[in-house]
Amino acid sequence: MDKDYIICRCEEVTLKEVEDAIQHGAHNPDEIKKCTRAGMGLCQGRICSTLITQLLEQRGYPPQHTTPPHSRMPVRPVKIKEYLEDIKDE
Amino acid sequence: MKNIDVAVVGAGPAGLSAAIEAAKYGVKTLVIDENRQPGGQLFKQIHKFFGSQAQMAGIRGYEIGKKLLASAQMHHVQMHLNTQVIGIDETNTLAVIKDHHYSEIKARKIILCCGAAEKTLAFPGWTLPGIMGAGAAQTLVNIHRVLPGEKILMVGSGNVGLIVTYHFLQAGANVKAVIDAAHSIKGYGVHAAKIKRAGIPIMLGCTINRAIGKKQVEKAELIRVDERFNKIPSTEIQMDVDTICLAVGLSPSTELARMAGCKLYYDAKLGGYIPLINQDMQTTLEDIYAAGDMTGIEEASIAMEEGRIAGISCAVGLGYCPDTATSQRVVQNIRLNLSQLRSYKPN
Repeated sequence: MDKDYIICRCEEVTLKEVEDAIQHGAHNPDEIKKCTRAGMGLCQGRICSTLITQLLEQRGYPPQHTTPPHSRMPVRPVKIKEYLEDIKDE
Repeated sequence: MKNIDVAVVGAGPAGLSAAIEAAKYGVKTLVIDENRQPGGQLFKQIHKFFGSQAQMAGIRGYEIGKKLLASAQMHHVQMHLNTQVIGIDETNTLAVIKDHHYSEIKARKIILCCGAAEKTLAFPGWTLPGIMGAGAAQTLVNIHRVLPGEKILMVGSGNVGLIVTYHFLQAGANVKAVIDAAHSIKGYGVHAAKIKRAGIPIMLGCTINRAIGKKQVEKAELIRVDERFNKIPSTEIQMDVDTICLAVGLSPSTELARMAGCKLYYDAKLGGYIPLINQDMQTTLEDIYAAGDMTGIEEASIAMEEGRIAGISCAVGLGYCPDTATSQRVVQNIRLNLSQLRSYKPN
């Protein structure tokens, strides 16, 4: 079966890369993110995080026993210029 | 920095209902939404809602939206539209981008009504143009009045898949089939019956194997699955399509709840990770409440009742309800509505 198709669209991470990361010890979404950048792009995992949760579950790491992914500012893709300039002003 | 009593994130059915209830008690309430128009998904719901009369059954979604907006205006709910909440901190301060400028809003209580995002399905070719969430396609058809394509395959026989299929038919599209890996239809029988009467096949025990196409999807390859969802070899068939809609569930949008530090738990039936809430819709953080789809995927009618409870709870918490017996009675009634709505099953 072809495993070269994409799981994380923003960072173009493939199924094979995610599976390799799981095999090498990444057992929750944050660990997979740090290994592969899946979930680190513009949408911040809004599309791929449920796919990654499923992949982890299929390989024996159920979400009930896994920590949900961390969330950091900004949770929307905003221009860094817009918000740095105004922080400086305040 | 702007100060407010209650900030509600999200102007969908839950958020508007929460804001209206809080504002009724004189609470200074602000609703923030990233869209140009308030109402969330209500304005693309052109079908009638279920439930009892008291819970707006028989009324079309967009009409419910109009009623909520009129009520919000009447009770002087402030509204920041086109405004993205990009962060939240432990002092109940929201970081927002409005009109390309950063600012901060400090609230005494925050109600998160962030809704949900569409889940997707990954298969070879799923990133080809023409493949999209069913909700996105519904926005195209019912808000922007554009058909996503001419030959559509719907993946998923839940209510979203069935309703959006019907909206496509009403808009004149050719829906080739509705498929589902499950061996029974997941959505309400009344919706499925409309699809069947229109002659659209609902293929069960069938999933998508891959999408084929060069610059955009041209064919969908389907494959049969057994009761345990294992693909059955040599059962592939190909179907000419230019659009594949994925209606495979929704996932609660919990980014802000997670950032704030609310405790979450996993419930597959409710859509995934959701914040732990008590019966007042309060999260594990004292000043942060949550309502609607982000506390579990359910109907809009349920989101509205949850929102109302959150709004009243905030008003009580801030000391705006001296007559607690009355507000408690109102909340009791809403809880009764909720349990009725949750037990309602049309056939």
